[in-house]
Amino acid sequence: MATAKIKYRNGSGTLPQLQKARTGIAGFDEITRGGVPKGRPTIVCGGPGCGKTMFAVEFLVRGATQFNEPGVLLTFEETAAEMAKNVASLGFDLEDLSARKKLMMDYVHIEPAEIQETGSYDLEGLFIRLQYAVDRIGAKRVVLDTLEAVFSGFSNQGLLRAEIRRLFCWLKDRGLTTVVTAERGEGTLTRHGLEEYVSDCVIFLDHRVTDQVSTRRMRVIKYRGSSHGADEVPFLIDEQGFSVLPSTSMQLNHEASTDRISSGVKDLDEMLEGKGYFRGSSVMVSGTAGSGKSSLAAHFADQTCASGKRCLYVLFEESPAQAIRNMRSIGINLAKHVKSGLLRMVAWRPTQSGLEMHLLRIYKLAEHFKPDVVIIDPVTNLMVGNTHEVHAMLMRLIDFLKTKQITAFFTALTQGGKALEQTDVRISSLIDTWLLVRDVELNGERNRCIYVLKSRGMAHSNQVREFLMTNKGIKLIPVYVGGGTVLTGSARLGQQAREKAEEIARQQEANEQRKALEGKRKALEAKVAALQAEYAEEEGLRAQSAERERQRDEKLASDAVEMTRLRRSTQLGEGQGA
Amino acid sequence: MGVKTKKAASVKKVKNGDAELIELRLYVAGQTPKSLAALANLKKICHHHLEGRYKLHVIDLVKTPQLARGDQILAIPTLVRKLPVPIRKIIGDLSDLERVLVGLNVRENGSDK
Repeated sequence: MATAKIKYRNGSGTLPQLQKARTGIAGFDEITRGGVPKGRPTIVCGGPGCGKTMFAVEFLVRGATQFNEPGVLLTFEETAAEMAKNVASLGFDLEDLSARKKLMMDYVHIEPAEIQETGSYDLEGLFIRLQYAVDRIGAKRVVLDTLEAVFSGFSNQGLLRAEIRRLFCWLKDRGLTTVVTAERGEGTLTRHGLEEYVSDCVIFLDHRVTDQVSTRRMRVIKYRGSSHGADEVPFLIDEQGFSVLPSTSMQLNHEASTDRISSGVKDLDEMLEGKGYFRGSSVMVSGTAGSGKSSLAAHFADQTCASGKRCLYVLFEESPAQAIRNMRSIGINLAKHVKSGLLRMVAWRPTQSGLEMHLLRIYKLAEHFKPDVVIIDPVTNLMVGNTHEVHAMLMRLIDFLKTKQITAFFTALTQGGKALEQTDVRISSLIDTWLLVRDVELNGERNRCIYVLKSRGMAHSNQVREFLMTNKGIKLIPVYVGGGTVLTGSARLGQQAREKAEEIARQQEANEQRKALEGKRKALEAKVAALQAEYAEEEGLRAQSAERERQRDEKLASDAVEMTRLRRSTQLGEGQGA
Repeated sequence: MGVKTKKAASVKKVKNGDAELIELRLYVAGQTPKSLAALANLKKICHHHLEGRYKLHVIDLVKTPQLARGDQILAIPTLVRKLPVPIRKIIGDLSDLERVLVGLNVRENGSDK
């Protein structure tokens, strides 16, 4: 038997250690640091339908099945058969336990109409029945549900009170760990003030409705001799019984892994040092509607399962079938992972229950399914109630996942028009890696850009990348940065085309220039040739004229000679000529 | 003195066949003053008012605790009128004769007719 031993001290010095009996109720033993006081009575009180009986019955069943402590269930309001039927929905088989002598049920029925009181009496009959039942199975635990019913059966209140006091002493003397349920009273914890007899441990259960959403809460009002959290903690009753959301967020001492886990998008891994997220870290993708958050989540789920790890995928907006269908369009087949059992997809309506309940469910699933990765899509849908509560609750969840070394992946929807870096749930400070997907509206179209806003413990990329959803998954491509603007989508394509055209034009121009130059050269060459030819011609002419000159000179010379000769002849023949 | 156990305490005094039979069970727990007083008072009442038409079992729950369940005994002592139906229960030491008779819903022998 496992009991926690807690030392306590009061004015008179150190007292013996208080032993505790584990209830086996999920989460309860943590908040009370060990369970209810062993061998003493505990009161569980609350209004109608708050789960008192469930708590008490589970205390017995867990005691009988897990701690080998048989128990006696004394019911005052329901018959044994009714009780067995009622708790069967929680998976408790009381009849089987009775048959195995692990449990003894006794229905104490009081019918005031058939009772006439004459003279003095006591409730020894109750003691005898209890003693008999305890002896039959060697019980260590007792539940009285609801003891206060005796007050309606008998008129002598003074005697009843004395008898109840005696009963509690009797139970203590026998070292029976007892849970007594009691109805909440007006201004008192219990209708008949039972708490004045049971002062060791008082647990208050509450069932509250806020904004039409009901939440069950539990509070340890009193726990004599033990430290306990006095906070209200949410709890849940479902087919596995009672579970209390443990408050693990008291300490920040979880381990930090240096293992990396791929995001499922190669380009994104590249931005995160080429390795992806840290295992056990919390990742958030925030963005406006339709920015591709879920697709990133699906990639991560796909990658996780493909590497043989387990993934819990909690959906708040789509049914699993719808998500699987939609993700097929970007080339992700989640169905096969669901079939192989590595992927567990659950979908709840966010309005189905309060935040605590959702978180408790996630918590329980995580405990049971033991995933490596938990995806919540989108976490912002958990926003029911006031922000402080939401913050505290999400902190608990993140903390829980971290202590379990589960990588958490949240998507967060930011409303258009708000500051993008402010998430509605204000959990950004709890997040290790924060990816921001944002829309860039330009030239009549909307394109997605992604960047790593922060990523603790790694030298992440500072790039803004364009986020493309193709039928082969997500691609992150560097955006066009130049000319003082960031261009995406068709603007980027247009810019690229323009650049290409310009390039071509430039080349063409160069070609033309070259050609023109060539032409010019050729023209000049031709000119030179022409000039040369001209020159040659001139030279020729000059030579010719020189020749002619020479010939003329020669001629002149010869002519002169001739003339001289002729003149001489004329002188000779003067008379002849005139 | 002493409370008789169930078997030994069986007192059967039926004289008149056609009179309505009153079947009584007295549950006690050991020899406590209350139990003893109840038994003494009951015997007196039976003798004076029910003579000849009653059947009485005295059950000591200390010896046979399993019997407490059947008649839903809580208070000790409890006198149960099993017959005629409906079942009536009278708790206490039966010191108040009037209330016992009212509780048993029987007419006294003397005032029968």
